[in-house]
Amino acid sequence: MTLGYDLSDQHAQLRETVRAFAEGQLAPVAEELDREGRFPAELVQAAAELGLLGIPLPESAGGSGFDTVAYAIAIEELARVDSSFAITVAAHTSLGTMPIHLFGSEQQKARWLDDLASGRGLGAFGLTEVGAGSDAGATRTTARLDGGEWVIDGSKMFITNAGTPLSKLVTITARTGPDEVSNIVVENGTAGYDQSQPLKKMGWRSSDTRELTFTGCRVPEQNLLGPRGEGFRQFLEILDGGRISVAALGLGMAQGAFEMGLSYAKQREQFGRPIGSFQAIQFKLADIATEVEAARNLVYKAAWLKDQGRAFAQQAAIAKLYTGELARRACNESLQIHGGYGFMDEYPISRFYRDAKVLEIGEGTNEVQRLVIARGLGL
Amino acid sequence: MNIAVCVKEVPSATSAKRLDPSTYRLDRSGDSELNPFDVHGLEEAIKLREAGHEVEEIVAVCMGRENAQRPLQKALALGADRVVLLTDPALAGSDISGTAYALATVLEKQNADLVILGQQASDADCYVMAAAVADHLRRPLVTQVASLSLEGGTLRAKRQTEHGYDVIEATLPAVISVSDAINTPRLPSIKAIMGAKKKPTDQVSAADAGIDPSRVGEGGAKSVVRSVSPPPAKQEGRRIEDTGGDSAGAIVEFLAERGVI
Repeated sequence: MTLGYDLSDQHAQLRETVRAFAEGQLAPVAEELDREGRFPAELVQAAAELGLLGIPLPESAGGSGFDTVAYAIAIEELARVDSSFAITVAAHTSLGTMPIHLFGSEQQKARWLDDLASGRGLGAFGLTEVGAGSDAGATRTTARLDGGEWVIDGSKMFITNAGTPLSKLVTITARTGPDEVSNIVVENGTAGYDQSQPLKKMGWRSSDTRELTFTGCRVPEQNLLGPRGEGFRQFLEILDGGRISVAALGLGMAQGAFEMGLSYAKQREQFGRPIGSFQAIQFKLADIATEVEAARNLVYKAAWLKDQGRAFAQQAAIAKLYTGELARRACNESLQIHGGYGFMDEYPISRFYRDAKVLEIGEGTNEVQRLVIARGLGL
Repeated sequence: MNIAVCVKEVPSATSAKRLDPSTYRLDRSGDSELNPFDVHGLEEAIKLREAGHEVEEIVAVCMGRENAQRPLQKALALGADRVVLLTDPALAGSDISGTAYALATVLEKQNADLVILGQQASDADCYVMAAAVADHLRRPLVTQVASLSLEGGTLRAKRQTEHGYDVIEATLPAVISVSDAINTPRLPSIKAIMGAKKKPTDQVSAADAGIDPSRVGEGGAKSVVRSVSPPPAKQEGRRIEDTGGDSAGAIVEFLAERGVI
């Protein structure tokens, strides 16, 4: 009897806390933040006080000392209300903080980890470049040693959390030799490191997305993360873990879209009765409910495998692929149930619909995800 | 000083409430939660500590099922230092009088200068537990407290009434019940949720607590439920259509007939 579906008391309470935060503080402003494209620094700080910015990081490192399942539940609950906020938390935790936690030296952890895991500062991860998207190894940014310092030149594209008032640092991949990629930490405020204005986006409009440029940017040699030349292996490991949180995000969006569709179907009347009494609408909701249940099992299992210290990369890729596509489908069907009202900004489903698309692109496109899964099958 | 907060496990707001037709007791088999009114009591205890009063211990006292763990973990996450769970099959079926006696017996051993209860429990909604507990403890009582301050050994409570506020002073040790207007409870942080596991929970039986078994449970109940019936169906409202400016008069007449105005 080792298979169980009950959440622990702590997991259940975490869900209750995050749901209360999301419904109480995020929901009332999500539409306004989306419309204005404004990053909610004050709400990120409130979330940090609750310990939401370092859930799977150890307490000794400034985190909350909980596990990956708890982290997935929190991202799910945030995305159920506002996926812009959820990606801010997920990108900070999985991409911004984890590189330091996993590969940092004791000195590097002492310097940066506490601020990141406690959420006093935000971390970013700079991998994508104009010419290096799915082909992430095609990094052209360079770093060369000169007088005990790395001199960095190049640029990064679509980077989350690098230019907010809370942003503290970015870990970037850079070529440190002809066939050598390494990870290097660059603190905000370093001369030669600049962030563009926030990029204009179709969705996730209140998350911070920018282009970063490095022009003769000098950082201490000690900012190299882990051994020189390990950058490729390191970022693949970071992306494996990140997929669990992005999968949880897709699950939360699908759950939110489902709840909105269900509630609207019960209340909206046409032809003298609630539209939920028509099979055309019932079948849409039955399909989403079925898929959301399947998605939750995929996501929690991936998180659980990671917590058990077992191989989880394949399960995480499967969960990410499935939930990304599901989020788009669920938001589309839920908006369809809403009819013309769903097309109006005052109904959150219109925001969900715009937000969902990126889940088929970000942190590994559907196509890359299928490649990863196929490789896991030994093909 | 020490503060005791009485807390109760109640069916969660989202679960359907149902009386067991054979025992006339509330069916507690569904999801449960910490009585939301008690959360205000815990928050007020924490606020007293934060306000600089020397609160040595906040203990949450609960009478309930052995598996009331989840609501009690929440009480600990919200800031209680320790939980005492009084649980015993002999207590099942206790009425207000028996429950108040049992709670008071446990509270007597906690050396609490201030005992705080929520104004009501969301399952039974009886509103009188604080008064009954205070009577057993022979302590001053202020109910429906909407604002609280302490000075020396005296508490000053603003109390909500139908017509305004009473301001009442009482010397400690005392018992109060708090209204849900007294504060906005904070959310427990993830660290607090994790930390709750490490805090002590003392489980005591009726015998451990020195409770006289003849005064509790169904046998000790002073009230007997003879029958239960569903609440009467809501009467249909009356629709007043405005036909040329006479609707205001009709509404006034309607309200006056019922003594509302």
